[in-house]
Amino acid sequence: MAILITPQTKILIQGITGEFGARHTRLSLDYGTQVVAGVTPGKGGQFFEHGAHRVPIFNSVADAAKATGAAVSAIFVPPPFAADAILECTDAGIDLAVAITEGIPIKDMIRVKRAMEGRKTRLVGPNCPGMVCPGAGKDSYGGCRIGIAPGYINKQGHVGVVSRSGTLTYEAVFQLTTKGIGQSTTVGIGGDPVNGTSHLDVIKLFAADPETHGIILIGEIGGNAEVEAARWIKANCTKPVAGFIAGATAPAGRRMGHAGAIVGGAEDTAAAKIAVFKECGIEVAVTPSDMADALLRAAKAKGVTLS
Amino acid sequence: MNIHEYQAKALFEKFGVPVPKGAPAKTPEDFITALTELPDGPTMVKSQIHAGGRGKGTFTDGFKGGVKFCKTKHDAKEIAGKMLGNTLVTAQTGPAGRKVQTVYFTVASDIKKEYYLAILLDRTTSRPVIVASTEGGVEIEKVAHETPDKITKIFVDPAYGLADFQVRELIFQLGLTGAEAKNAGKLIRNLYTMFWETDAAMVEVNPLITTPTGEVLALDAKVSFDDNALFRHPDIVALRDLNEEDSKEIEASKYSLNYIALDGNIACLVNGAGLAMSTMDIIKHFGGTPANFLDVGGGATKEQVIAAFKIILGDPNVKGILVNIFGGIMDCNVIATGIVAAVKEVGLQLPLVVRLEGNNVAAGKATLAASGLKLVSGDTMADAAQKIVKLVA
Repeated sequence: MAILITPQTKILIQGITGEFGARHTRLSLDYGTQVVAGVTPGKGGQFFEHGAHRVPIFNSVADAAKATGAAVSAIFVPPPFAADAILECTDAGIDLAVAITEGIPIKDMIRVKRAMEGRKTRLVGPNCPGMVCPGAGKDSYGGCRIGIAPGYINKQGHVGVVSRSGTLTYEAVFQLTTKGIGQSTTVGIGGDPVNGTSHLDVIKLFAADPETHGIILIGEIGGNAEVEAARWIKANCTKPVAGFIAGATAPAGRRMGHAGAIVGGAEDTAAAKIAVFKECGIEVAVTPSDMADALLRAAKAKGVTLS
Repeated sequence: MNIHEYQAKALFEKFGVPVPKGAPAKTPEDFITALTELPDGPTMVKSQIHAGGRGKGTFTDGFKGGVKFCKTKHDAKEIAGKMLGNTLVTAQTGPAGRKVQTVYFTVASDIKKEYYLAILLDRTTSRPVIVASTEGGVEIEKVAHETPDKITKIFVDPAYGLADFQVRELIFQLGLTGAEAKNAGKLIRNLYTMFWETDAAMVEVNPLITTPTGEVLALDAKVSFDDNALFRHPDIVALRDLNEEDSKEIEASKYSLNYIALDGNIACLVNGAGLAMSTMDIIKHFGGTPANFLDVGGGATKEQVIAAFKIILGDPNVKGILVNIFGGIMDCNVIATGIVAAVKEVGLQLPLVVRLEGNNVAAGKATLAASGLKLVSGDTMADAAQKIVKLVA
């Protein structure tokens, strides 16, 4: 078991016939993911074929969900139309919308996020690698792969990974798998300033999930999402947590004005976030190569078995 | 994307945000034409570069001040001649400074009091926030730090837009009454409309001023736009000034590479922004200094890798290169082939450490090994970073 999805979760793909969506649909099918429907307006009734797979295409999310029972959507729609695609999920009552699309205007996301308030649909992303819940087969075959992350580097197990960055997530997962430690779910929440599910939202789910025994929290400079998650962990989470913050050497002042600095507050630098992590009992990975080892140290200190 | 003050003020005027009358000039011949548009009397001359701290800046020839008050238009013309074509160094430009290619003449307004006003995105609430203060014309970070009670923030509900009561709240907090209150209210509403309609990322007015006659004016203007939304604003894209951007960054963007020059000597070539940032961090951790941030994206091609090497080597400070690729989906062998081709094409003489991991990595490593190139292989990020730091030292 895991959070939000399981290896059995049925998913639909918005933008399945686009080059990007099609490529990753094939990879998900090869990984054994239950891709049951595609959505491309105007191509309803056609099929997405790959090997022995024949995935029906629908004109709308509502049609696809009704016909197949899928309640999770992966969005590969190009940036100008992606906000509309997310809203279509909300209107169709989809449980989970994972927006992979990079480059959505911030204003579109401000409006989408406001429109989703009080609705049942959860948004992960945008501009994110998506989610993986590893399967039990060889190289974690049979898992649920939503998005663009490599499936084969995962291993079924008990560590939850949450991150804004794609390749840094793969780095953490790969380190874990190489050490024989599996993952319950990995969630890439995306790097955009306005996104759906936050670090804290995912941490709360991992903390409550009996199958997740330890957590790796990967963040970046900017904003205060990691700090918010760390403070909650200190007060509420007994599981071992390792953290890493990227961007300690990123150049400051590549902006014209100064307004961001006063709204962002004093806690958005790497040094400040790392200090908060330490204060909250999170084992800090000294370098990105140290993420899995940091979690092992945290688990050892708490007497928790990760594998 | 950033624009110049004179361009921002033209946008302000279009949206009904009052500014002091002004005119830009790009050549000495334009000075007279520009100045005839202004009334006689005190005139400001303002260097147009995409960096703050202009007033306190110094030109590389020793001339002080990128923003000058002149008693007459005649003086203004003379001062403009000293600024145009000269290189201005400010706290935000770095030691190289920026060449002033446009000067902006404006009427020197009578100032009763200075205020601060900005609109930007608040990440925590995912809403636009209007920030205002009675302490204008100074460093707003300092105000926020020392007297946070002098800063007012109003969060705008995107479903409803800026409400009248919120505008009144801002005006009360700024202590404005009468004609000033009326004019400020109109200015704030129009500035918000401009922010929203143009997909601006940030609008900052510092200072916003009142005059003895009850006018409220934006004396300065810094505006930046959301790059993701430029596709629907061709009129704003037309304002882009390539002179203000790093030539290597422009070249990189042609190949969909995300490059930012830094001042160290170890160049890095990485896939993914998070991994690229942490590659810089790990170089620093082991005692080196990164020369750049370079994200080749998720599906790097041979052409991109070659372009990336050329851009990296265009920086004379570079003494070594670290390639860090986690090929999750992409084939490591394709990347390895690209690296070999790139190194041969550019005739690389500097130390090169390559860390490859992921899909088809064994074939990728074999390709590198069989190439006969003098490169060092790194197993992990830490291993690779330590090796390049040692080679460059």
